[in-house]
Amino acid sequence: MPVEVDVGLATLSDQLTLATVLLYIVAMIGYALDLGFGRARATARGAKAKPVLATVGSTVGSTVGAGTASVPGAASEDGESAGGERAEGDRVEKAPPAWAVWAAPVAVGLTWLGWAANLTAILTRGWAVGRWPWGNMYEFVVAMCFAAVSAFLFMHIRYRSRFLGAFVTVAAALGLGFSVRYLYVQAGPVVPALNSYWVAIHVSAAIIASGLFIMAGVSGILFLVRKDGAVRLPSREDLERVAHRAIVIGFPIWTFAVIAGALWADKAWGRYWGWDPKEIWAFITWIAYAAYLHARATAGFKGRAAMIVQLIAFACLMFNLVGVNIFLGGLHSYAEVPG
Amino acid sequence: MEEVEQATREREAGEAPRATPATDSGAEDRAAVRPVGLGVVGWARWFWRTLTSMRTALILLFLFALGSIPGSIWPQRGVSDAKVAQYFDDSPQLAEWLDRFWLFDVFKAPWFAAIYLLLFLSLIGCVLPRTMTHLRELRRKPPTPPRNLARLPQHASFEAEGLTVEAVAKRLRRMRFRVTTGPDWVAAEKGYLRETGNLLFHVALLGLLIAVGAGALYGYRGNVLVVEGEGFANTVAAYDRYMPGQQVNAESLEPFSFTVKDFQASYIAKGERRGQPLDFQADLGVTDAPGAPERDFALKVNDPLDVNGTLTYLIDHGYAPTFKITDGKGQVAFDGPVPCLVVQPATFTSECVIKVPDAQPEQLGLLVAFLPTTVPMNDQWISVFPGAANPTAQVYGAFAGDLGLKNGRPQSVYELEPTSLKKMKPLVMKADPLAVGKKLDLPNGAGSIEFTGVKEWIALQITHDPGRLPAFVASALAVVGLVLSLTVRRRRVWVRIGSASSEGRREQDRGPVEVGGLTRTEGSDFSEEFAEIVSALNPGVKNDAR
Ligand code: HEM
Repeated sequence: MPVEVDVGLATLSDQLTLATVLLYIVAMIGYALDLGFGRARATARGAKAKPVLATVGSTVGSTVGAGTASVPGAASEDGESAGGERAEGDRVEKAPPAWAVWAAPVAVGLTWLGWAANLTAILTRGWAVGRWPWGNMYEFVVAMCFAAVSAFLFMHIRYRSRFLGAFVTVAAALGLGFSVRYLYVQAGPVVPALNSYWVAIHVSAAIIASGLFIMAGVSGILFLVRKDGAVRLPSREDLERVAHRAIVIGFPIWTFAVIAGALWADKAWGRYWGWDPKEIWAFITWIAYAAYLHARATAGFKGRAAMIVQLIAFACLMFNLVGVNIFLGGLHSYAEVPG
Repeated sequence: MEEVEQATREREAGEAPRATPATDSGAEDRAAVRPVGLGVVGWARWFWRTLTSMRTALILLFLFALGSIPGSIWPQRGVSDAKVAQYFDDSPQLAEWLDRFWLFDVFKAPWFAAIYLLLFLSLIGCVLPRTMTHLRELRRKPPTPPRNLARLPQHASFEAEGLTVEAVAKRLRRMRFRVTTGPDWVAAEKGYLRETGNLLFHVALLGLLIAVGAGALYGYRGNVLVVEGEGFANTVAAYDRYMPGQQVNAESLEPFSFTVKDFQASYIAKGERRGQPLDFQADLGVTDAPGAPERDFALKVNDPLDVNGTLTYLIDHGYAPTFKITDGKGQVAFDGPVPCLVVQPATFTSECVIKVPDAQPEQLGLLVAFLPTTVPMNDQWISVFPGAANPTAQVYGAFAGDLGLKNGRPQSVYELEPTSLKKMKPLVMKADPLAVGKKLDLPNGAGSIEFTGVKEWIALQITHDPGRLPAFVASALAVVGLVLSLTVRRRRVWVRIGSASSEGRREQDRGPVEVGGLTRTEGSDFSEEFAEIVSALNPGVKNDAR
């Protein structure tokens, strides 16, 4: 196993992480300008009042009428694509300044750039130490921020959820800043227990699921913060849809991560489940997200209540990441937090 | 499960899914209304309905999570016994109170068992009727089309001369729909795997619980410490600590044995991470059964030894310096390794206790500090590295007298009995460290101690858990079921050909072929797929819309 650390690559990785933080912050400003000076979004009620008529596949030669406004593809599009219908909110909007048109595409471009820098930082760190680059808290949090931004960019391509940009980039910038400031440890080899291909399986799955849950968490917070009326924040329906999608994808991945953890524990610690603090909180997080999915399927529990359940689950996830390592210890505590 | 069936029946009618929530909560309320004067059967039914309602399941789910939190706050018996003992020492009164609520045994507590038993009862009560309903539904044909297809969430119409019911049915079947036909209509449905997956998930959870329970009953776990050069045979007596399940008997232990030939640990030697371990490996000579040939096995941290499902794990290690102790009569009273407790894991500074009951004329007890890499510092010696680069043993206490071994009470091998120690004669209080091969003469002609070498010990955990594999299979099935139930959509499509019903048609619907569709999965987007289906049914027609 390689013990030598390539110092040049490790330094490059550190610098790239800093560059990532800067890029995300600038992108965040772009999104904020777009939110602030672009068109305000109509209320959920306002949007519902007018049915969106979508014509699908003109070659087909058929019209597909949507009886309600719940054609998600159309409803989740942003200002410029569905602008015509959107402008009619509770009050009449002034036309946005000309430069505001550019804020959003520039912000998206910067996010991609930041994403690339983030990815390269992770790869160079991995090459520098010759192992999977998530052996300690610092590396783990950097990868999680990367996963969250990836989830956002993916959702953006697929569902046009650009409205979350400002909030996801600020969350990622804060996460990266926190890890650089408080969690940083120099690149190096890991303790024998972490020296296993299970790192690639278990931790990667946990990182991907966490990234998706961050997306959902950000949407959930906005959902609760948002007031009724023509606010400049995304509509409740959009937020709910993004959160639900992220969790529907994230939950099975999280389940897989927990099971992979159990399999690893069976190899490393002599039992597959021992109620170690980390295991307990992974389990609690899992139950809480399962409760969210159940809540969505239970009448009278949708909307606000389900969102609160989701945020409790998110709080459990975050506590498991930070709290358990710092306050509770246990077998997982080789996650190296600098003292 | 009342409300789900109710909702299903409601959707059966071809109504848009949006119409259901009111019905759901109605059923929910009904389940919770107390039966007045219905007697025992009524109450039992009420109890069962309440228990198996989704809301109760949610509450139980939350209680389950909440109930496990104390397990992460207070140390648990069987996981960290030493910390539990420490807690009792530090705050005995609080500890006693906590213990009354099983807070040091959360996962064995009756209240915790009550939560999960209720939850799983609720799960059974939910899964059984749902499985029945699902099986019935699997055999049932898709329902006939509603009168007015234009009122469905998805709707389209087009012109297609000569399109027959058979042709439509064939195309839909090719898209893996389940299809029934009428004189001028086709009804199709797919996505049954969603419910199948959901049931699989819940059944797999039940299976997981059973596997875990069976593993605890029929498995065992034990710990043992072995010094390099020594061996272990898998019998109850050989364990330092043996924890069998209720259904395990001593004869059922897998009869393997091994010797620990060598143990190596490597550490980072330079830089900021100096002293961090890199790799541990124990070389074993394993005999799978009495009389079988010996085979070599490299035991590592993530790589246990597996003998027919009984697994041996390397979980800890430390130093066992060897000493030769000569007593006052000039006879060798002790010669061998002494496993030492690690007091400073970063440098492996260790403490060793040597009891020499065979020493004459008086028994000897010695306290020794072992430093793997010794350097002097301010009149003292400390260890600066976990590897044994410059090992020394420092006798910081030597006593002569009665060790108190005869009184029958069990003693820790890592400690001189304090009551006996008080009565013993101190001989040495602080000696200079001995290098390997050096000897210290004890005063008053009590004998001598020679530091003869350094060995290492390893701590092993040996487990047999017959529930491992079933638990793994159950959890893999749970994931499969989960993915199916979260990704598959249940959807229905109806096609009506000809002018059978012109009522309710919209003006722009010019064609005589009408298609309507709905998804029974809340919150999912069916419009794209619906458009694809429509275009697949209508391939020949040129663009004439708009
Ligand atoms: C007492 C027991 C339980 C009952 C009565 C119950 C009931 C249900 C029902 C009715 C659904 C279908 C929801 C729908 O219409 O889509 C469902 C789905 C589900 N259940 Fe359970 N469940 C129970 C226990 C559990 C447990 C212990 C878990 C895991 C922690 C769990 C996880 C799920 C998940 C992930 C889904 C998929 C949710 C979805 O379809 O959106 N359930 N459960």
